Amino acid sequence: MTALRRAVVAFGRFWWGFLIGDTPEIFCAVVAIVCLALVLRHDRVAAVVLLPVLAVAVLAASTFRGRRRRSAPGAEGDG
Amino acid sequence: MSTSSTVVLLLAVFGATTVEMVEAVTIVVAAGATRGWRSALEGAAAAVGVLAVLVASVGVPLVRYVPLDALRMVVGALLLVLGLSWLRKAILRASGHKDRHDEDAIYAETAAELQPVGAGAPAGAPPRRDAVAFVVAFKGVFLEGVEVVLIVISLGASQHRLGLAAAAAAAAVVVVGAVALVVARQLSGVPENTLKTVVGIMLTSFGLFWVGEGAGVHWPGSDLAIPVMIGVFALVTAAAVGWMRTLLPPAAAGAGAPGSPGRREAGAGDATRGATGR
Repeated sequence: MTALRRAVVAFGRFWWGFLIGDTPEIFCAVVAIVCLALVLRHDRVAAVVLLPVLAVAVLAASTFRGRRRRSAPGAEGDG
Repeated sequence: MSTSSTVVLLLAVFGATTVEMVEAVTIVVAAGATRGWRSALEGAAAAVGVLAVLVASVGVPLVRYVPLDALRMVVGALLLVLGLSWLRKAILRASGHKDRHDEDAIYAETAAELQPVGAGAPAGAPPRRDAVAFVVAFKGVFLEGVEVVLIVISLGASQHRLGLAAAAAAAAVVVVGAVALVVARQLSGVPENTLKTVVGIMLTSFGLFWVGEGAGVHWPGSDLAIPVMIGVFALVTAAAVGWMRTLLPPAAAGAGAPGSPGRREAGAGDATRGATGR
């Protein structure tokens, strides 16, 4: 593997890990928030209410997904 | 740009840099103590230099050539990803669902993996350069610093305050470095999870604000919406920590309460293992 190819693979791996990693739901939700912001840009009240609500909802859902489970103690393994 | 968002920018960059540099400095100190200070410090300095070049070479063109609204939306999305991830991790750690960072363990692990050198060197001989210490220190600082670079570029570029953001990050590096010199060992006393929580709240608030602004949504009160969002996310975080504590399995609640001995995060010595090939 050439040095350039290795660098490109490492760069891709970094962004994959940074954006998606163990929490793809956060990435998907952020994409949804961006789309929602674009759709609701002319409806200020709806945007101001819905964007934070969606952010809070994904935080709660993702945190719940990462909880320590009875069947697999200490299973949460992401860095 | 209002004073409130400038203050939040400074606090967010300073806090994020402090969080990341605590572990980096722990690795540098471990490498210096076991393999020699000269090479460890040179490795750390080289990594800081590369990170500074990254900020200048990526951040300045972004500020000059990318349309502000598009920049703010992309940057806001990046900050949201980063902020929500940090908040999630901080909530899991604070509620006992995830092991906390343990700088003592990171120091011990790094020091154990690095074989001391120079035992057979003649007395009075000048310290030699050590490639392993250089690489471990470089990698530790560089890997921890990449997220800082992203935060500096994101927050600095979106507000056209790249210099101010870089200065805040540099100040945090100096402060953490000075504290490390004073205590002369690992920085286990730094409340890392609390810092991470605060910074996560700030990054999430900034991210949401910039996504909206970039898309054309005008927040009530303009920049004053940022402190309001910070308050909202702080309340949500506190509530989430309380809620998650009620979901802790009985065994984990007893043996694995936050801060209890014997619990630490895996992967702390990644930089060391990577550099040494283990």
